[in-house]
Amino acid sequence: MNRRDILRRTAAAGLLATPAAGLLAGCATGGGGDGDGDSYRGTRSEQNPLGVAEDAPLEVVIFNGGFGEEYAKAHEAMYADRYPKAKINHSATQEISKTLQPRFVDGTPPDVVNNSGAGQIDFNGLVSQNALADLGELLDAPSLDIPGKTVRETLLPGAVEVGSYDGKYLVMNYTYTVYGIWHSTKLFADRGWAYAKTWDEHIALCKQIKAAGIAPWTYAGIHPRYMSWPVISTAIKFGGPQVATAIDNLEPNAWKSDAMRTAADAWHQIVKDRYILEGSPGLDHKQSQTAWCQGKAAFISCGSWLESEQADVTPAGFDMTVQPTPSLGAGDKLPYEAIRGTAGEPFMVPAKAKNVAGGLEYFRVMLSRQGAQDFTRKVASLTVVAGATEGVDLPFGLTTVVKALDASGANGFNWVYNNYYRKLERNLVDAACGEFFSGRIGPAEFLDQCQKGADSIAADGSITKYKRAL
Amino acid sequence: MKHGKYPLIATFLVPPVLLYVVFVVSPYLQAFQISTTDWLGYSAEANPVGLANFKALWHDDYVWNALKNNAILLALVPVLTIVLGLFFATMLNMGGRKGRAGVTGVRGSAVYRTVYFFPQVLSVVIIALLWKEVYHPSKGLLTSAMNAVGLSAPTWLGDPRTAFWCVLAVMIWSNVGFYVVLFGAAMASVPKEIYEAVMLDGASRLTTLWKVTIPLLWDTVQVAWVYLAIFALDGFILVQLMTNGAPNFSTDVIGVRMYDTAFGTETKFGYASAIGVVMFFLTLSVAVLALRMGKRDRIEYS
Repeated sequence: MNRRDILRRTAAAGLLATPAAGLLAGCATGGGGDGDGDSYRGTRSEQNPLGVAEDAPLEVVIFNGGFGEEYAKAHEAMYADRYPKAKINHSATQEISKTLQPRFVDGTPPDVVNNSGAGQIDFNGLVSQNALADLGELLDAPSLDIPGKTVRETLLPGAVEVGSYDGKYLVMNYTYTVYGIWHSTKLFADRGWAYAKTWDEHIALCKQIKAAGIAPWTYAGIHPRYMSWPVISTAIKFGGPQVATAIDNLEPNAWKSDAMRTAADAWHQIVKDRYILEGSPGLDHKQSQTAWCQGKAAFISCGSWLESEQADVTPAGFDMTVQPTPSLGAGDKLPYEAIRGTAGEPFMVPAKAKNVAGGLEYFRVMLSRQGAQDFTRKVASLTVVAGATEGVDLPFGLTTVVKALDASGANGFNWVYNNYYRKLERNLVDAACGEFFSGRIGPAEFLDQCQKGADSIAADGSITKYKRAL
Repeated sequence: MKHGKYPLIATFLVPPVLLYVVFVVSPYLQAFQISTTDWLGYSAEANPVGLANFKALWHDDYVWNALKNNAILLALVPVLTIVLGLFFATMLNMGGRKGRAGVTGVRGSAVYRTVYFFPQVLSVVIIALLWKEVYHPSKGLLTSAMNAVGLSAPTWLGDPRTAFWCVLAVMIWSNVGFYVVLFGAAMASVPKEIYEAVMLDGASRLTTLWKVTIPLLWDTVQVAWVYLAIFALDGFILVQLMTNGAPNFSTDVIGVRMYDTAFGTETKFGYASAIGVVMFFLTLSVAVLALRMGKRDRIEYS
């Protein structure tokens, strides 16, 4: 037996052993007998509306990804200022599900979990097992430092809906993310190009860009779902927000609606006319974004985390700008300015946490103006707290995000099927996008494949289904 | 000594056996139990569902697709690795013929021996990342080399037509070195006289390999076969790091399916355990079959 065999077997055994970790005496699923958690409660008062026990310890687990963990330490310091007797246990990991799964089973989860990243725990699984505490109480509590308003009233529109399942607010999504098409202001100014607002103009511009020796588009071929965002956005702007609702609610043939068909047909043009950087299907998100930063491609689809993710490789003066997807024509239901904005970066309080009230209070700290401003300053990302960017110096890209959001206003839209059914976006739609944008299948087959994925989720009795209103 | 024998044996035997039972045997057994439940992994609640998970598995196209890929790996990885391993080992140990008496390797065989073993020294994670860069569609070694001689290169890991073969090539590359050493060691234990006799009879190198070396090395080849078959049914680490089953599930293997079902895009631990149980039986059957079919009479020297 060689060294690798041993490792391999250890890994295999480990995989099987994981469900059993910590529960060796009994069977893996037999744990969780340690009461119902939520054992620390203090007296409610005007100063302490959530009833936090001021000496109760608070355990916070942060996803150590693009945002790092420093911002969380600042929030914890704010919490410690309010409750000096509370002992705060901070930890950060990139593997949320693997680290925390045994603790959920054991009934001893941490009090606050930043459930994010590639190792994110599927929310559908958590919600259907009643593993999350209801955060509704937090919304009706007064804001920490915005006088006269409840927490709910300080949040941007749509922030609560994203984390709600069947009307219960279970997940606090902290950042506000805008999804659009990005380009370099400098490159466009140097070449005398202007971002096109209609699809026909966009194709004409692509032709011009290609003639100049630059690839008009690139995308993350290893994670092709990034390209599903502009396609669905185009469809929603063409057919109205119900296009997204139908997809989220797994309605029959939602992916094959007229709007989706029209959008897919339009986007097929950049594939047919070879407007995509050669080799893109083999690039991952970081590689494609870097190629874009190096000026090898003009457009890329991404969320507003792009600027901080690319900070180390973006040339000075690159000045990235986000724009909405081009309109298909005068018949569009939503104006050109409409853009997808949504709350992201999920935080949760496990239902069996020992200090549920403390977890909620920690969220109140995060959602205070001071907490939000500090976050924006540290990681250059917007939060769901309305107006918290005032007085904060934003980097170039983020100012264009704020502008795009303002222009979009009430026309902003969103979809949540990726939260309801993680597998549908990450696995099934992802694969279909890969085939479509590498040119191996046409628009009709692309939508068929997406629909087949959605149907397989709909038919799977072991997955809890959620519906949302328009 | 007889007096103290059993306590001594027990002292050395009990801790490892206990560890093995607690960390290997018991999780295996629990996986069987979990596979008959609908456990979703984040609460202690699990309802028995009988064989429903296995029934669902039978109709799961993605699992079948992954199994198909494992079957191709099973058919190709052991054969190619063993053939290459035997070839290299032969050349290193008895390939040299020109101008020299006796049985020696080709010129510079010491260097080759070391070089072939390099991949074995690297961790699998490093190998995966290394090859990901080699397969980079614009800056990668392969693409650059092909472009340099005027050929257009595919996107390697980005194209379902090539991705699977790219991963397969890495699997063989990373394994061959070990088997070169293994076969080489086995060859060293074959008495030199046999080879000298064969040489005197004027056998070619191929005949020597086919008629003498392989029969004498059969036990080792058989062990290699079982190891490589188990590897081919797994392949998890390389696939997960290089492609995670993409593009369009073309490189998916059963291990990645199991991982994804429990820790990836879903939390279906019951269903994932069912996949694990199926994997367990598949691996077991393949190992038993490989050992049975390869049964031959043992040859003993001296």
